Amino acid sequence: MNNNELQNLIGSWFPNLEADKIVETVPETEEGAEAKISEPVNPSLLSFTEEESQFLNIEVSPEHLHSLMTQLRENPETNFDYLFCLTGMDWGKELGVVYHLESTKYRHQLVVKVKTADRENPNFDTVCNIWKTADFHEREVFDFFGVKFNNHPNLKYLFLTEDWEGYPLRKDYVDEVNMVVK
Amino acid sequence: MGTTTVNNNFKSEEYFINMGPQHPATHGVLRLLLTIDGEIIKKVEPDLGYIHRSIEKMCERDSYQQIVHLTDRMDYLSSHINNEAVCLTVENALQLEIPERVKVIRTIIGELTRIASHCLWWGVMGMDVGALTTYFYGFRDRELINDIFEETCGARLTMNYNIPGGLMYDIHPNFVQRTKDFVKHFKTKIPEYDRLLTGNVIFQKRMKGVGVLSKEDAISFGASGPVGRGSGYSCDVRKHHPYSALDKVTFNESLKTAGDSLARYEVRIMEMWESLSIIEQLIDNIPEGDYKVATNAVIKLPKGEYYQKVEAARGELGVYVVSTGTKNPYRVKFRSPGLSNLSLLNHIAVGGKIGDLVASMATLDIVVPDIDR
Repeated sequence: MNNNELQNLIGSWFPNLEADKIVETVPETEEGAEAKISEPVNPSLLSFTEEESQFLNIEVSPEHLHSLMTQLRENPETNFDYLFCLTGMDWGKELGVVYHLESTKYRHQLVVKVKTADRENPNFDTVCNIWKTADFHEREVFDFFGVKFNNHPNLKYLFLTEDWEGYPLRKDYVDEVNMVVK
Repeated sequence: MGTTTVNNNFKSEEYFINMGPQHPATHGVLRLLLTIDGEIIKKVEPDLGYIHRSIEKMCERDSYQQIVHLTDRMDYLSSHINNEAVCLTVENALQLEIPERVKVIRTIIGELTRIASHCLWWGVMGMDVGALTTYFYGFRDRELINDIFEETCGARLTMNYNIPGGLMYDIHPNFVQRTKDFVKHFKTKIPEYDRLLTGNVIFQKRMKGVGVLSKEDAISFGASGPVGRGSGYSCDVRKHHPYSALDKVTFNESLKTAGDSLARYEVRIMEMWESLSIIEQLIDNIPEGDYKVATNAVIKLPKGEYYQKVEAARGELGVYVVSTGTKNPYRVKFRSPGLSNLSLLNHIAVGGKIGDLVASMATLDIVVPDIDR
């Protein structure tokens, strides 16, 4: 599937905020779901871009992350069964996570981004019940960015000691002893 | 080092032991916390971070030329391939036209690196399961490759031969002949490996049916390299996303479907044959031309995000660079094969014995600096 087809298909899963809750229980083949596909995509829910990246990028709000990821994995047309990279990000104001996905069947690729402006208590739903590899990689993000993953089975520091203060990969992290700043 | 406390909810017959961080079978400073019942493993929990250097943070203050040198220190047995991954990312972002000569040389040295890495793995793998002789055989042949590298790259382990735009310098005049000599030599040695270890009954019994990983789990755990291919999962980046000169050669993806330790072992042996074949196809046809193209002394990548994946000796290495258009990257992420491969260790080791854990770990072929980046 090329990027355009992917965008149309994925956009059709989340027609708008209200319809989303209904669609979850309605199978896609039914007429009710067909009708909703033509409705315009609410830009605050999912936004697509191919600018400045070789992949199709989707930005999703934290509350829809898990349901989007589940559909990307389970839908036979998308079949994104391989989470090949999970990256923590600090965009300055916002913290977030970037997921790189690939389908081993169709070999198409996709990037999903999720952001939050809450730097005190950033948290997203875990995806490690969808891809087992997320277990360790989410713990790595927890170490270095302080992002918490709800429902993660074993969320504790993977690399850092328990008494480590601060989150080293955040942009505002200061360590005057060990960091050489140029 | 994240977990120094142990879960205390033991049943009376369960207990806890440390394996590592200095245990020889953990291949570096990796500590495994084992919960066992008699000799049966109930849980394996890796405790990481003993040698974490925060390479990703260091990258944020370094120039793109400097980053290349840091990647040597991740999976040091694939250092050339790691360097290549960063160089390809930068070159693709700048849309540089790389000379064919560079691509072919990079691929040849990359495959030599893979053979050298597998030689070392084969040596220590045998040692892990009690066959000390393999260690000397493996190192004997790896030395020959290191000698070739030393002559051309100036280093035996952390080669730093790639730079953004090409190679540090041209190949040594002896390179072609020595590589051909090595290929001829090594073709007589792989059958020797098989005679010594592969067919050995004791070895086979240690490996067969041990640490079984299904194809579905391999994909879900993000397994790559020989670990994924031992489970029948076609995951060779060289096939699916070819880079450098790999689209000009023909080779078979080494696949086994059993998913056990023996399958992973056999995949690596097969890969050595395939690497030899790739080298043979290219070594006589290294195109003439420049060994690098000029880049600016200060490289600034256009604003945007770049991702490059390559097939390192241990699996898929990904380089994710976010640039804001300055001379330093805003964020660099290395997707290392080791961390994903290690994360499935608990899954394949539970229910087995400690001796099986050693065999499983040996065939995962973990290099700890690759995990503790």
